[in-house]
Amino acid sequence: MAEEKKEEPKEEKVEKQAEEKDTKKDKSDKEETTDKEEKKEGRVETDEIFVSKQVNSMIFSVLSPQMIKKMASAKVVTPELYDKEGYPVDGGLMDIRLGVIDPGLKCKTCGSKLKECSGHFGYIELARPIIHIKFVNIILNLLKCTCKDCGRILIPKNKIDKASEELDKTEKEAGIEARRQHVKEVIASMKTVNKCPWCKARQQKITIEKPTTFLENEKRLNPIEIRTRLEKISDEDLEVFGLIPKHARPDWMVLTILPIPPVTMRPSITLESGERSEDDLTHKLGDIVRINQRLFENINAGAPEIIIEDLWDLLQYHVTTFFDNNVSELPPARHRSGQPLKTVTERIKSKEGRIRHNLAGKRTNFSARTVISPDPMLNLNEVGVPIEIAMKLTVPERINDWNIEAMKNFVKNGPKKYPGANYVIRPDGKKKKLTEETIEPSLEELQPGYIIERHLLDGDIALFNRQPSLHRMSMMCHRVRVLPYKTLRLNPAVCHPYNADFDGDEMNLHIPQTEESRAEAEILMEVQTQLISPRYGLSIIGCVQDAISGNYILTKDMELSRPQAVDLLTFAGITDFSKLPKKEKISGKEVFSVLIPNDFNFTGRARHYDPSQDKKANTDKDAYVIIQDGKLISGVMDRNNLGEGSGLLLRNIHKRYGKEKAIDILGKLFRLGIGVLLKVGFTTAVSDTDLPEGAIINIRETLQNAEKEVDELISLFNNNKLEAFPGKSVKETLELKILEVLNRARNKAGELVAKHADKSTHTMVMSNSGARGNLLNLAQMAACVGQQAMRGKRIEKGYSERTLSCFKKGDLSPSAHGFIANGFKTGLNPSEFFFGAMTGRDSLMDTALRTPKSGYLYRRLSNAMQDLKVEYDSTIRDAAKRIIQFNYGEDGIDVSKSEGGILNVKRIIKTVGV
Amino acid sequence: MVKKKYNIQEHGLVPEHLKLSEKEVKDLLERYHISLKELPKISKKDPAISHLNIKEGDVIKIIRKSKTASESIFYRGVINV
Repeated sequence: MAEEKKEEPKEEKVEKQAEEKDTKKDKSDKEETTDKEEKKEGRVETDEIFVSKQVNSMIFSVLSPQMIKKMASAKVVTPELYDKEGYPVDGGLMDIRLGVIDPGLKCKTCGSKLKECSGHFGYIELARPIIHIKFVNIILNLLKCTCKDCGRILIPKNKIDKASEELDKTEKEAGIEARRQHVKEVIASMKTVNKCPWCKARQQKITIEKPTTFLENEKRLNPIEIRTRLEKISDEDLEVFGLIPKHARPDWMVLTILPIPPVTMRPSITLESGERSEDDLTHKLGDIVRINQRLFENINAGAPEIIIEDLWDLLQYHVTTFFDNNVSELPPARHRSGQPLKTVTERIKSKEGRIRHNLAGKRTNFSARTVISPDPMLNLNEVGVPIEIAMKLTVPERINDWNIEAMKNFVKNGPKKYPGANYVIRPDGKKKKLTEETIEPSLEELQPGYIIERHLLDGDIALFNRQPSLHRMSMMCHRVRVLPYKTLRLNPAVCHPYNADFDGDEMNLHIPQTEESRAEAEILMEVQTQLISPRYGLSIIGCVQDAISGNYILTKDMELSRPQAVDLLTFAGITDFSKLPKKEKISGKEVFSVLIPNDFNFTGRARHYDPSQDKKANTDKDAYVIIQDGKLISGVMDRNNLGEGSGLLLRNIHKRYGKEKAIDILGKLFRLGIGVLLKVGFTTAVSDTDLPEGAIINIRETLQNAEKEVDELISLFNNNKLEAFPGKSVKETLELKILEVLNRARNKAGELVAKHADKSTHTMVMSNSGARGNLLNLAQMAACVGQQAMRGKRIEKGYSERTLSCFKKGDLSPSAHGFIANGFKTGLNPSEFFFGAMTGRDSLMDTALRTPKSGYLYRRLSNAMQDLKVEYDSTIRDAAKRIIQFNYGEDGIDVSKSEGGILNVKRIIKTVGV
Repeated sequence: MVKKKYNIQEHGLVPEHLKLSEKEVKDLLERYHISLKELPKISKKDPAISHLNIKEGDVIKIIRKSKTASESIFYRGVINV
């Protein structure tokens, strides 16, 4: 009965409680016996002694009127809430038999005080039956599928057994879900029957007028009639519908009495003005009680049928909106201010509901959130915390004989002076807030055993996080560094694992409060432990942007004087200059080498390594990186060696010297790169994209030739001389050929740009080192933006047979279908600009629509796989210890201990051999 | 159209399915300290094992091609569904 499970948690919870009581009385009940057995076992088995009760099964069911009465401790008869003294009225909605929400009062039912009493249900006797909105569909099905006269199911006698047998079979084979599906089919098959196979009565067509009005042959059925019909359905027939009569009689779905939830779940708030503001549910219940009373009075007074019907409908409306205020056919019930009431369903449902908001979601203390900004002078595992935050977030520290003097200083400073303390906790657990008045007395009573909550200090442990937390590197442990100003600061090198940038991103900071949690965070989550991504086994933290450009410039062909070199290294955080050669002119490579450990050897390739050439040729153009005995002999440092996601140099340092050293070197490398840029002065300009006269002419020619080629293709097409590719129409072939020609032209233009552009410009430095941008971007600026494509084709949308109104109909030329022959520097003409905007908007929409989709997909995957675990026998198992995979990843490799998912056996043998 | 019977075991994307002998089953269950129930399942009616003369409770060994390990071995217990 999953449907009820979702829709009626409130009622079922009570049913469960009530059932428990019930079973205690009813000794023969099955569940009771199993319960007892478990208890006995629990007493015998020593290791299960703490399990006092084990949940064996749970039944969700519909409340019967008897049950509602039985569990109720008060009958509500008046819509009044309080009397003149402000005391809850007996028989009102705030009756103190329903629980207490005022301090000082005692619950009349259980005698306990506020917070001890969890509240008790009450009930209202409804003057006329009311359809329960959540069961409308079930009621409709039942009415359609049972005889209006005899109440039997519309299946002939001989077929009933067969039907229920089949249902049992599907349940056994494919589970309860399949049975429900099958029930639906059975019900659908009955809808065409118009003669009862039992009493031969003619069946009328039953329809529903949403939300709660049932019609038989266009004539209205009132809830009393519906209820009597439902009552007539026999227990065995119900089982075919998937209802267990013991737990869900259909006549209970038409309410005759309504349970009133305890006041504890609808507490009233006292406003500052002393006025009381009631909960939405109380308002709604007040409406119900009021209308119900009026209905009673009118019936007793013998009022005309029309008035009674009107009131009945009104009562139906109020009860419906009490359960669900979002029924599409009904206007939602509103406050006087016009804002819709939050009733039972809205409390439970959706993201802001009880389940996802309060049960699955939690909030924490000792956390902070602000905008982030970069600070390369911080270490990678540090986080800059604004002093204001550092004075709000605290760490509990126990006073002992050795730290008492320091702790006294914190208390002396108090909460307003950094570094101070906010609270003092006595050994008996009493917590005292430090204010200007309490500083002096607290200071005097301080002694070992006291705990003070002191402000954050440099070096404290903090967890740093940015949403969406998609992988474990989204939450890492950093050391606090208290700084001025108001942003949280981090080293730009750790942006990548967090996927952060500084265009207004905010991040969260949490301060662990116990020794255990701090140790755990430090050992498992500190930044250096997360250097290697468990997804692909390479460094996820590396140099970025300026740091790459800087190291590239330094190692390419920079020369420094000795003072300059020392200055630079000091900036990077080096204090030992013994490795610096004792000469006046020092090359950039020598400066770089100072950071590398003396016994480090490495060979690698730079980005411009050309595999088609031999080693020597590559070495000559500095593409072959050789580090010997800690000295960079040849090669330039670029993204291949320093960057994140590749960073083979970093990966090797990490493997060889461990995480502490790796993060230290990485931090220094980063600062070295930035230091170089500070010295050199790094900027880009429009003139960076300047090309020599000859090159420009050359590029123009290439593009013109391409256009000519396309023109030829088009005239071939127009003369029906173009030969179609297999499986393509002639038109498609033309399109493909045009695309190919234009792409070739653009690539050639790009090559020309790469060849002729000034290599020393900073734009080129960025693209060559891999710090930012690529040759394509440069070519787009300097020469030609190229073909704009939508869905892999040239732009075709727009007017009939043309893209824009400024072209002739049927124009197939490149410029009429989104080819941008100009570069960004020369500027686009209007139609080109418009085409650019078209593809730009298209890709913007695409990303905007794709992000939530992939987010949802990720959520489903992570929820499905959250408790999978690698066991000691290398199998992957779920929480029930069922095997999912026999060997992790089928090869049993821990990716985070590999290089890009591969184990280099040769190297392992070499290291073990040595 | 003429109906063609295709032997799916021959298809390149269908991995090799083998039936384990009783002793092999015992060894397997012992190695992982599990009962038959905890093994991944395969339907008795699965077309890939229709040629094997299978009954409920048998264990099927599947030899798959794997991107990471070139070949990986998987076991499934036959269930009667």
